[in-house]
Amino acid sequence: MITAERKPMEELIECLRPYNRILLVGCNECVTVCSAGGRKEVGILSSALQMAFMKEGKTLEVKEMTLERQCDPEYVEELVIQIDQVEAVMSMACGCGVQEIARRFKTKPVFPAVNTEFMGASERPGVWVERCQGCGDCVLGLTGGICPIARCSKRLLNGPCGGSTNGKCEVDPDIECAWQLIWDRLKALGLEDRYEENIAAKDWRTGRGGGPRKIIREDLVK
Amino acid sequence: MKTESVLEKVFASGELAVTSECGPPRGAVPEKIIEKAKMLKGYVDAVNVTDNQTAMVRMSSFAACVFIKQLGMSPILQMVTRDRNRLAMQADILGAYSHGIDTMLCLSGDHPHFGDHPMAANVHDIDSVQFVQMIKDMRDKGKFQGGDDILNPPKMFIGAAANPFADPFELRVARLAKKINAGTDFIQTQCIYNLDKFEKWMEGVRDRGLHEKVNIMPGITPMKTVGMAKYMKNRVPGMDVPDEIIKRMAGVPKEKQPEEGIKISVEAIERLKAVEGVKGFHVMAIEWEQKVPEIVERAGLLPRPTIDL
Repeated sequence: MITAERKPMEELIECLRPYNRILLVGCNECVTVCSAGGRKEVGILSSALQMAFMKEGKTLEVKEMTLERQCDPEYVEELVIQIDQVEAVMSMACGCGVQEIARRFKTKPVFPAVNTEFMGASERPGVWVERCQGCGDCVLGLTGGICPIARCSKRLLNGPCGGSTNGKCEVDPDIECAWQLIWDRLKALGLEDRYEENIAAKDWRTGRGGGPRKIIREDLVK
Repeated sequence: MKTESVLEKVFASGELAVTSECGPPRGAVPEKIIEKAKMLKGYVDAVNVTDNQTAMVRMSSFAACVFIKQLGMSPILQMVTRDRNRLAMQADILGAYSHGIDTMLCLSGDHPHFGDHPMAANVHDIDSVQFVQMIKDMRDKGKFQGGDDILNPPKMFIGAAANPFADPFELRVARLAKKINAGTDFIQTQCIYNLDKFEKWMEGVRDRGLHEKVNIMPGITPMKTVGMAKYMKNRVPGMDVPDEIIKRMAGVPKEKQPEEGIKISVEAIERLKAVEGVKGFHVMAIEWEQKVPEIVERAGLLPRPTIDL
C-alpha cells in the first residue's frame, strides 16, 4: 500500500487560515489501511481543526466526505455536489488523490493533510515499513524476494557494504541490513551460488530516471 | 602491465607496496594538502586522496590529487558512488587521467547520515562493484558505461575496499570475489586490529586462489589514545578492535599512548608481512600523517623502490 502520516496541526491550521468553509476529503483505500486519512481520521481532524479555530475566536465550517478512491476520477466526481459550497479542499489522501482533486476542480485550492511516504507493508500493528520504490524493472527474482533498492540504505545491488553489523544497517540499528536478509534467504533457498553473480548497473529509465511514467493498456483504453 | 600506475609497477616488482592517505582540507587551502603530502614523500609509493570522507564536504579528491601529482608523487583518486551519477564519475575519470592520475579506489562511501549534509540526496546510481566494472570497461574495452567509444580511454589501475570484519562474515570472501570478477586490481582493507580474524579471512581468500588475482593491502591505522581505540571499537561501523588492544592502550600512561599505538601498528605490519597473499600495507594515520614515515621505517618497509614516474 501507499503509506502516509498526517502533517502537524500547526501546518494544517496555517494553510487554512484564510478560509471559513472547507471540504475535508478522506480516501477509503491505502490511507484508511494505514490509519492516516480514512473516514475515522477525517472525523478526528475535522473536530481538531474546528476546535483550533474556535480557540482563535474564529469559526471553520468543515464538510466531511470520504471517497472510495481519491485517485480515481469516477469517485472524485462525487465532490461536485459539495465543491461550490466551500472555499477550499483539504485532502487526507496520498499525493495522487490530492492531485486528482486539483486536476478536476481547477479553481478550487486544495491542500494536503498528510505527507505521503512510501510503498510498504504492515510489519505489525502500527508499524509500516518501506518495501518497494517502483523502479519499473523488478529484481526480486534475483535477490530472494527482498528488494535491495528499497531496503538497502545505499541501494547496493551487490551488497552488503562494510557497515553491516549483526544484521543491522550502519545508518540506524533499527534498519535491517537488506543484504543480510537477502543472504539468509538465498541460503534458505539453496541458492548461495547466485550471490556471486554480479548484478549489472541498473537502467533507471524504467524508474523516475526516464521522467514521469505512464502505463497505457491498449486493450483497456476506450 | 595494464597501466602506467606506480602502484602496479611496485606490485610487479615483487616488493611489498606502501600507500598512505591524505584527507583534503575543509576549505580552499591547497597548502594544507601539499603540507600533508610532503610528509609522505619518499616513504610511500602512492597516496590515497579521500572523497568527501565521512560524508563531510572537503576539497575534491580530484583537485587535491592534482596538487599531489605536481609534487612528483603518485596520488590515488578515491571516488564514492554516493555523490555522483555515472556521467559525473566518468567525466571526472577522464579529467583525472588527463592530469596523469592513473590509480583509483572505488567506494560506495559513508552514508550522508554520518556527515555534515544529512539532508543531501544520496545518488547511488551504481554500486562499488558496478563502479569497478565501469572503469575496467573504460580501460579494457575503451567504452563508456553507456556503450559509446572513448577517445584515448583512461587506463586506470583499479582499487576497491574490503572489510574482513563486517557481517555476515561468511560473505566476506564472496564479496571480495565479486569485486575481483568486476575487475579489481588491488584491495585496501578496513583498518586491521583483529589480526587473527584477518588471517582467517586471508585463509578463505587463499582457499579460493583469490590472492593470485588481486593485490591485497591490509589497512593499518595507529591509535593515538585509548579514547580513540574505544571510539573505533564502539562507534565506527564494521570496525573490529579486540579488547587486548584497548587494554594495552589503557595500560600505559596517557603521554605514552601514542608510542604504544605506533608500536601496535608496527607489530601488526611485521606479523602480516608473513601472511601469504599480503602484497603491501595501506597506512592511514588519520590527521597524524607525520607519523607515517616512522611507522614505515620501523616496520622495515624502507627504502621504497625507485619507479620512474
